[in-house]
Amino acid sequence: MVASAAVRLFGMWASPAVRRVEWALKLKGIEYEYIEEDLSNKSSSLLEFNPINKQVPVLVHNGNPIVESLVILEYIDETWKDNPILPVDPLERSKARFWATFVDVKCREESRKAFFMEGEEKEKAIENLQVQLKALDEELEGKKFFSGDHIGYTDLAVGWMAFWLGVGEEAAGFKANYDLKFPNFSRWMKDFLAEPVIKDNLPPREKTVEFFRSFKQLGSCTKVNQK
Amino acid sequence: MASEKGVMLLDFWVSPFGQRARIALAEKGVQYEYKEENLTEKSELLLKANPVHKKIPVLIHDGKPVCESLIIVEYINEVWSDKAPLMPSDPYQKAQARFWADFVDKKVYDCGSRLWKLKGEEQQAAKKEMIEILQLLEAQLGDKKYFGGDSFGFVDVAFVPFTSWFYSYETCANFSVEGVAPKIAQWAKRCMERESVAKTLYDPKKVYEFVCFLKKKFGVE
Repeated sequence: MVASAAVRLFGMWASPAVRRVEWALKLKGIEYEYIEEDLSNKSSSLLEFNPINKQVPVLVHNGNPIVESLVILEYIDETWKDNPILPVDPLERSKARFWATFVDVKCREESRKAFFMEGEEKEKAIENLQVQLKALDEELEGKKFFSGDHIGYTDLAVGWMAFWLGVGEEAAGFKANYDLKFPNFSRWMKDFLAEPVIKDNLPPREKTVEFFRSFKQLGSCTKVNQK
Repeated sequence: MASEKGVMLLDFWVSPFGQRARIALAEKGVQYEYKEENLTEKSELLLKANPVHKKIPVLIHDGKPVCESLIIVEYINEVWSDKAPLMPSDPYQKAQARFWADFVDKKVYDCGSRLWKLKGEEQQAAKKEMIEILQLLEAQLGDKKYFGGDSFGFVDVAFVPFTSWFYSYETCANFSVEGVAPKIAQWAKRCMERESVAKTLYDPKKVYEFVCFLKKKFGVE
């Protein structure tokens, strides 16, 4: 166990990118100090540690800041070598990174559009999201988790979809219909959320739905500054 | 895909993303087969190797595909680890390198495209943004020889292909990279002294010809 003062995490309770980092820290048994940020009134520490993007999460280790949640995950894996979350083989590592980037760039884009937009644009976004879910579903064929028998980097990267996709749907009134069409993905979502490290580290659902509901009413795409 | 032994790269000549892979392979001295793709008529091989994105570059190593340019560069670095390390060994320095390569990925190409695709106020906004991007990168480079310090590294590989597009950005949006970010301009020249870079990048005027072709195709101006 690492002394808490050495590791600090700047976060925001509703942010999936922040939870992603917390899941990794907890999987590794790393103790850390958590600092909740009010993103409408960012602390001088946050702005000092992440001057370029001014976003959470920021991991500060021995005074050194690391930003971008996927970069943070790799940093955590390379610094604390117990319970590795990335595979050793370079080809497997490239696949893990591929799927992480896919969900972070592509799925996030379409789910954001499905959440904020209406009419034809919303329909198109839901359609695109379903194509993406199909790819993820196929990737899970024959596997319990993306990383194999245990959760790893890819599961942590895709993990936001297991909880926040449903939250977004409820808050904005759309359905990606994953339970019927994508049996592997649907099964994975349940198994992932049942994992102790994940189950015990999710924001309260009702409160999160409310948060995103009012977020949508604000009508802006950039309010929750998270990466 | 046949599990043929060897390395193949599916690519498009002027793609800065493809060039990242080519430069990394050259730095490592890896022999490979280059296959030029017609992006208006993608090959069966490309569609099979990258069914999710259907994009180049794709590296095929002993029949197994690796997609996404920065992921390809990390793969190349990890497999051919005996020569020319492209990543620092310290995890914190690695994290910095990944952050800045990701920054280049998210900012430079999109903003650059807006410089030649748009006109008037929108182009001016893109120009302002590009200058900010270049100055942020310049601050990161500082007085170092390369972004990687004394050694040519991950961020250098990620960013250097875009230097052959500087002339196009400058001509379309009327500004000078040397004027707004002189250290970046000097770094670009230093990189061109490396064989891997000089043999991979096309003449900026040739890239500009391609940009003009794209402008016509998209009905710009």
